[in-house]
Amino acid sequence: MTETLLSVRDLKVSYQVGKGSIDAVDGASFDVPRGSIVGLVGESGCGKTTVARALTRVIADNASITGGQILFDGQDIAALPEREMNALRWRDIAFIPQSAMNSLDPVYTVEYQLNEVLRRRGGLGRRQARARCEELFEMVGIEAGRLGDYPHQFSGGMRQRVAIALALALNPKLVIADEPVTALDVIVQRQILDQLRELQSMLGISVILVTHDISVVAYVCDRTVVMYAGRIAEAGPMDAVLMEPSHPYTMGLRNAFPDLKGAASGVLTPIEGAPPNLAFPPPGCRFAPRCPFAVETCTTQQPALGMVAPDHRVSCHRADEAAKLRQEAARTETWLADA
Amino acid sequence: MRLAVSKPPKPLVSVKDAQLHYRVGSAFSAMRGHSSVVKAVDGVTFEIQKGESVGLLGESGCGKTSMGRLLLKLEEATGGEIEFAGDALSGLKGPALKRYRAKAQLIFQNPFEAVNPRFTIRATLAEPLENAGIPAAEREGRIIEALELVRLPQPQQYLDRYPHQLSGGQLQRVVMARALILQPDFVVADEPVSMLDVSVRAGVLNVFRDVRDRLNLTAIYISHDLALVRYVCERTIVMYLGRIMEDGPTEDIVHEPLHPYTKALVAAVPVPHPDQSHDPLPIGRGAPDPRNPPSGCVFRDRCPLAFDRCAKEAPALRPAGSRKVACHLF
Ligand SMILES: Nc1ncnc2c1ncn2[C@@H]1O[C@H](COP(=O)(O)OP(=O)(O)OP(=O)(O)O)[C@@H](O)[C@H]1O
Ligand SMILES: Nc1ncnc2c1ncn2[C@@H]1O[C@H](COP(=O)(O)OP(=O)(O)O)[C@@H](O)[C@H]1O
Ligand code: SF4
Ligand code: SF4
Ligand SMILES: [Mg+2]
Ligand SMILES: [Mg+2]
Repeated sequence: MTETLLSVRDLKVSYQVGKGSIDAVDGASFDVPRGSIVGLVGESGCGKTTVARALTRVIADNASITGGQILFDGQDIAALPEREMNALRWRDIAFIPQSAMNSLDPVYTVEYQLNEVLRRRGGLGRRQARARCEELFEMVGIEAGRLGDYPHQFSGGMRQRVAIALALALNPKLVIADEPVTALDVIVQRQILDQLRELQSMLGISVILVTHDISVVAYVCDRTVVMYAGRIAEAGPMDAVLMEPSHPYTMGLRNAFPDLKGAASGVLTPIEGAPPNLAFPPPGCRFAPRCPFAVETCTTQQPALGMVAPDHRVSCHRADEAAKLRQEAARTETWLADA
Repeated sequence: MRLAVSKPPKPLVSVKDAQLHYRVGSAFSAMRGHSSVVKAVDGVTFEIQKGESVGLLGESGCGKTSMGRLLLKLEEATGGEIEFAGDALSGLKGPALKRYRAKAQLIFQNPFEAVNPRFTIRATLAEPLENAGIPAAEREGRIIEALELVRLPQPQQYLDRYPHQLSGGQLQRVVMARALILQPDFVVADEPVSMLDVSVRAGVLNVFRDVRDRLNLTAIYISHDLALVRYVCERTIVMYLGRIMEDGPTEDIVHEPLHPYTKALVAAVPVPHPDQSHDPLPIGRGAPDPRNPPSGCVFRDRCPLAFDRCAKEAPALRPAGSRKVACHLF
């Protein structure tokens, strides 16, 4: 058994749109070590959900995986026949979709929905399934007495807990949660994250947590994968990526986030412009049109994902100057549009 | 020697014991013992001075939007009184109401829902000017001015576009420009950046701060995110189940929250770096139920410090140092 549970290698996913296609994920590589929580972070449309869904191969009708490997426990599941892939879902890899809260079926009780997974997929008998339902509810902190309730009888936070219970039903090795706390209030958000962390360490599973919020990453994740416009900008240990970012986009994200523990006088600095249209991505580095550090090469050559530390990868032509760029990035003027 | 006695300035906005109770559900649900009234705002009192920015903070459903709608007279209070510049909102009618509508503006949460998708940006911004009787010849100039105010570079390029041809951040600036085009005295911004991506959010917030300062606007900023409120408001009002729990300088609330609910709220905010506490939150699980709030203190079923008196008596909002707190412990 290796230390790495999941290794994504040069993954490409495209969507067919009309006569053309867009490469929503264009060569993504990252690892998920066993027993860790990996935060997949980036702004809307950068391809987080597309990656997450590709890993379970539950993708949109107009989507296809057009390249790369997804090595799960050493086996390339990108190439697995659908029948075998289906056998892995829930048992080995469980997926909690974006807005899972609202994706529970309103016409069935939550016990019925848990049973669908436990009995149909897991082959448990009636009694075993009931016991497991109770156990799962206890794990996520809801009284077993409410198993017979319908989704609308729960609050948003409780529905999210039910979704987590559902994902854990068959003891998967990997749980992929797409924006599990985004629609929730801070208090509920914090309680769900604490629960997720507790279950993750108790069960020794791995989690990929998709989010657009680097504060959520900082709170629960061991590792961070930063995506930008369909590519991986930076990936490494959470504290190294957030505290000493080596990619200009990560540096910019840090400046744009309010910090409640920081000085009151702190100024938030936006990253001017918007991510590129993926139907017509810029040649070279996709961040170049917004990057204050772009040089000639950046507009013509795609940067490769290189190593800045044994465990920390960055795709930037100027990655070896990161320390200097960090200092410049800390100054607001650096990011002004017409500087 | 005579002592100068400084009279407190007259507030621009004064809210006294405001209530907004919605009737919901059927007579049948009332028969089954479920209350058929949602007390979205239930006895709220505060004042705002001219030029002040006040954050309205609290969890979803605590009554922030309802309070904002009352202030703009988009909803009629079911109790209490709200005054703007000395005039009771309840008495505003006809031309006086029309003037108030121009002076007090709302900035919506979702920019895409705030505008008509079939109107160009020019038409979107011309509409309020037209309603206010601004002559056609002056309108284009006012539109450009408003777009410059919200820092949309080269505003001409946007005039003939439709909303879907703008990014979320650009459109939110247009929505702001529309709220500002009649030069209001008072704006209520309801979660204005919650739909925007982080990298553009900062830009919109900066524009908001800048415009407010330049026009000396009085503003209410509604949000569930204390970090954002702190960025734009020197004062914060914390609400829970339709009531004010704490009201005071934002920095004091951030650094030393007094009310047990505010304490949990502050502790729950994650920060963008690893150096943060993972201690369990000092608050009970569960969500507030606006149809069946507990007797006495509405926070008592989740409060770690609740004691006998909390079930019997609702705490009044009382001064405590730099702020006001509604808790029997203060
Ligand atoms: N079914 C689809 N057909 C065509 N394009 C799609 C489809 N689903 C997603 N896309 C596009 O693929 C890109 C990546 O989308 P994706 O949903 O993975 O982003 P995301 O990072 O999860 O964003 P968000 O934070 O908004 O959830 C976007 O440009 C999006 O518009
Ligand atoms: N038009 C309405 N009819 C009935 N109940 C409403 C209406 N609008 C809001 N409410 C209820 O009033 C309470 C406060 O809502 P709201 O002011 O929107 O809160 P917030 O903006 O803080 O999320 C909630 O319980 C909500 O469901
Ligand atoms: S490769 Fe160039 S444009 Fe891209 S992030 Fe690095 S410096 Fe900026
Ligand atoms: S009044 Fe009682 S229940 Fe309410 S916040 Fe204070 S201690 Fe807690
Ligand atoms: Mg997504
Ligand atoms: Mg609201």
